[in-house]
Amino acid sequence: MRSILLALVLFCTMLGQAGAVVSPDEVLDDPALEARARALSANLRCMVCQNQSIDDSDAELARDLRVLVRERLVAGDTDEQVINYLTARYGEFVLLRPQFNSRNLILWGTPVLVLLVGGAFAFTAYRKLSGKRSVEQLSPEEEAALQKVLDSQE
Amino acid sequence: MAVELGHFALVLALALAIVQATVPLVGARVKSYQLMRVGETVAIAGFLLILVSFTTLVHGYIVSDFSILNVWENSHSAKPMLFKITGTWGNHEGSMLLWVMILAFFAAMVAVFGRNLPPSLRANVIAVQGMVAVAFLLFILFTSNPFTRIIPAPIEGKDLNPLLQDIGLAIHPPLLYLGYVGFSISFSFAVAALIEGRIDAAWARWVRPWTLLAWAFLTGGIAMGSYWAYYELGWGGFWFWDPVENASFLPWLAGTALLHSAIVMEKRSALKIWTVLLAILTFSLSLMGTFLVRSGVLTSVHAFATDPARGVFILIILLLFIGGSLALFGLRASSLTSGGLFHPVSREGALVLNNLILSTCTATVLIGTLYPLLIEALTGEKISVGAPFFNLTFIPLVVPLLLAVPFGPLLAWKRGDLLGAAQRLQFAFGAVLVVMIGTYFFSDKTSTAAALGLGLGFWLIFGALTDIAFKAGVGKNSLSVVFSRLKGLPLSVFGTAFAHAGIGLTVIGLVSVTTLQIERIVLMKPNDVVEAGGYTLKFSGVTPFKGPNFTEDQARFDLTGPDGRRLGEIAAAKRLYPARGMPTTEAGIRTFGLSQLYVSIGEATPNGLVVHAWWKPRVTLIWIGALVMMFGGGLSLCDRRLRVGAPTRRKTAVEAEA
Repeated sequence: MRSILLALVLFCTMLGQAGAVVSPDEVLDDPALEARARALSANLRCMVCQNQSIDDSDAELARDLRVLVRERLVAGDTDEQVINYLTARYGEFVLLRPQFNSRNLILWGTPVLVLLVGGAFAFTAYRKLSGKRSVEQLSPEEEAALQKVLDSQE
Repeated sequence: MAVELGHFALVLALALAIVQATVPLVGARVKSYQLMRVGETVAIAGFLLILVSFTTLVHGYIVSDFSILNVWENSHSAKPMLFKITGTWGNHEGSMLLWVMILAFFAAMVAVFGRNLPPSLRANVIAVQGMVAVAFLLFILFTSNPFTRIIPAPIEGKDLNPLLQDIGLAIHPPLLYLGYVGFSISFSFAVAALIEGRIDAAWARWVRPWTLLAWAFLTGGIAMGSYWAYYELGWGGFWFWDPVENASFLPWLAGTALLHSAIVMEKRSALKIWTVLLAILTFSLSLMGTFLVRSGVLTSVHAFATDPARGVFILIILLLFIGGSLALFGLRASSLTSGGLFHPVSREGALVLNNLILSTCTATVLIGTLYPLLIEALTGEKISVGAPFFNLTFIPLVVPLLLAVPFGPLLAWKRGDLLGAAQRLQFAFGAVLVVMIGTYFFSDKTSTAAALGLGLGFWLIFGALTDIAFKAGVGKNSLSVVFSRLKGLPLSVFGTAFAHAGIGLTVIGLVSVTTLQIERIVLMKPNDVVEAGGYTLKFSGVTPFKGPNFTEDQARFDLTGPDGRRLGEIAAAKRLYPARGMPTTEAGIRTFGLSQLYVSIGEATPNGLVVHAWWKPRVTLIWIGALVMMFGGGLSLCDRRLRVGAPTRRKTAVEAEA
């Protein structure tokens, strides 16, 4: 199963150099800015790779994107501006976390929906069962009759 | 010649599978004991034939018979023997043969160990198992035949993908498949129950051990795959939320839910319909995982469209089995009566909560995995759903579940006492507070995530201990009474505790490494020094090295511990496999207690060699936790009451044993 994953990762490493990812010459001097760059990179896709972020990929393109992200940050962009800039250039494909919008409603809504519907279903099933139980319980007349029988036994 | 024998055996196995899929079914229908018994013999014979077929293929790999297309494409005469053998299933055709062999193996297991099953149920189970076998044997023979010859035979093979030339390939796929395909038994039992239109607590007692077995294998398979990727891919990641990983994680999530709902069904005769549905869904997810990985649909919907033969075939299998079983479920489910009333706060209630959350987790991972395919198929646009999505949705779902886990086993059946359970857990809670405060002050004051996460891990472990302590009556009885009560506890109680504590260990590993790991990226020249986690690495230079079928440049580092002691050398390498011209990264890993130092090298620049060094605290707990879960599963399997094939149903079983 993993063979395909490995093969594709391999494809990626072949495009770039095998080995380490972010190289020291890319690292920004300002640690706060660099931390933001790393956090952003983890959410951006290396588009020639299979499901790898540009932070994890050795491919040439990933490197270019990492440098681009850092350039934008140095130029004073906010995180959101960087994301918007890249999305405008490369499309939504570059985002590893799809946008939170109405088009992606199915994606973001499914967990909530399943949880709610499942919970509601469990609740109604419980209500139905406990409702049945009350039907199965003895009526006061039956209770009295039973008590009579029990009393007569003593 | 041997290969033709294997090919022939496989065709024969198909013929037998067709008999297996039909005759016992008819037998059960017309109540002919003879016809029903046919299934058993045929199932065992079918397994032996596929074993022969598989063995001949392995033989082809061992002797490097390059006249077999499959061997030529995936092997090389200079490859070490272990990798020649494991290479048999390191490719599509071979792995499908392994898949179907394990399927036949489980059918044969039912035939051998299921002697005390009611004859009609056994016949139906074996028949359903036969149907799956027919479908996959047809798939192999028509679209993925590993026995195709090439003439003239090439002199040398094309070699196996270097990343697969690893001990991981010997362990990971077989374990994974034992898990994946093991769920076929639960599926067959579910479909058989629907065909018979009856189901009872004894049914759950038969299904549970098989599910437990498959679950334990799958747990091990996933963990092994994760560790393999961790050390082989060379950037220290262990879980990528990759669709291929999700494909194995989905049946695990559903299987875990099934394991728990089967308990309710066995003990309390409740959740019958739901358990049957889960059994169907779990194996459906296994089938879907096979489809996703094998059809090429993951890379792109277009890759699937350009070479559709295999994909379409599996898609048909998928529709047939999932659609068929769900249709049967829709028709018959209402005939299964449900019993066993319970209050929401009870053991059953806790298990329902478990199922609700695990099902939601399954749905979330499923939609995340399929969504890009869906969007591409519908609109042609390509979008990505990666780790950030899964972390954002999965973690908030699973944390409440993990918080609730210690309460479950402490609640009584039917109506539990939440306050009482909370009181019993007060010591666990106190211990967790100590852990969290300790983490905060002594480990990393900046990371509340670390403190909370480690607290969660320890909560699970202390919760599991509390359960055992409570059941042994610690604090209420003398030590000798406690000891004798411990000895008297059923093994499954320990199984549960181990499995739950195992998740705790995994959580501790995951949290430690994600919140507290130290990463260093530096350019190094000989004699340069880098420090990570208190350990110092001194770069001593690069030396070439020649392996059996690769060459590599080894970067060597002198390692010094936090106390200044020299700890020998650590080597990371860049390796080249000339047969495929492929480079790989070999990370240098040293384990200290539960933590690891992980070194990997990049390109050599004029300013020095790019070196990545990570200190990964308690990282091994991720996989140790999985092993502990597996062990818990094994303990439960050894429980007398649960042993595979041991359960009895009224008199039939007594007669069978006599």
